Amino acid sequence: MSDFFAMGGYGTYVWSAYSLSFVVLVAIVWFARRNLANTRERLKRQRLSSQERTP
Amino acid sequence: MWTWFHKLASPPHFYRTATVLEPWLFWPALILLGIGLYGGLIVAPADYMQGDGYRIIYVHVPSSYLSMFSYVTMAVASAIGLIWRMKLAFCVAVACAPIGAAFTFLSLVTGAIWGQPMWGTWWVWDPRLTSQLILFFLYLGYMFLRQALAETRQADRASGVLAVVGVVNIPIIHFSVEWWNSLHQPASLSKLEAPSIAADMLWPLLVMILAYQLLMLALLMTGIRAQVLEREKNARWVGELIGREGRGA
Repeated sequence: MSDFFAMGGYGTYVWSAYSLSFVVLVAIVWFARRNLANTRERLKRQRLSSQERTP
Repeated sequence: MWTWFHKLASPPHFYRTATVLEPWLFWPALILLGIGLYGGLIVAPADYMQGDGYRIIYVHVPSSYLSMFSYVTMAVASAIGLIWRMKLAFCVAVACAPIGAAFTFLSLVTGAIWGQPMWGTWWVWDPRLTSQLILFFLYLGYMFLRQALAETRQADRASGVLAVVGVVNIPIIHFSVEWWNSLHQPASLSKLEAPSIAADMLWPLLVMILAYQLLMLALLMTGIRAQVLEREKNARWVGELIGREGRGA
């Protein structure tokens, strides 16, 4: 098992490349979904406030 | 065929299609990522020259490929938008930019991490590396240009032209390792020739590329949905969509 993490001496390089990829991929999925949710929220608020102005 | 095309070109239909496709792209992507990681880290044998260090290929090549795929998608969508004045095409182009920038960033950084033990340096001003860095700046330029132009139509046109012109960089990246003397190794995969690497090393790479591809498409669907809503915010169907949610249905 420790052999697996050592990666024949390249452990630092291999695992940093993999963990960075993981972090960036999770981040872009999270940002994309948050952006969509924020857009919906903002449009909903805009519509509600425009309805109040013109009853 | 044409009725299908016209239907897809209507914003509400486009939005619904993207919503339906999204999970069908996202979950298979995660499953393939799992299989690809298992193959790349456990099944594939160590390389006779690079030992286990070569395993960075399984995250480096997919992100590099997707960095270019995203750009071509962005450029083609921009061209369609510019020529036929299609708003939806610009939705696709805009959604591509942050995804492509992220993959380009990953390609550059995982490449640097791979370069340090194998070449003895994180970075060289090599044709392949430099043209890939330019790709990153093209994505950033595209996004900053849109930010700077408040009016959507103006932003669409200006950033669209930038995306189309910048596409000349793509063949430069691809052929850089053949045209110039590069430190970067030539392509491991080629459509026309038999692969130059062992089958146990190859299939995890192909699975990882497919996983990244599906993930990119899933992200694209999410981005497209946000763009379509934003641009159609005054349309009735958006009101109905948001309103329906508001009542908890």
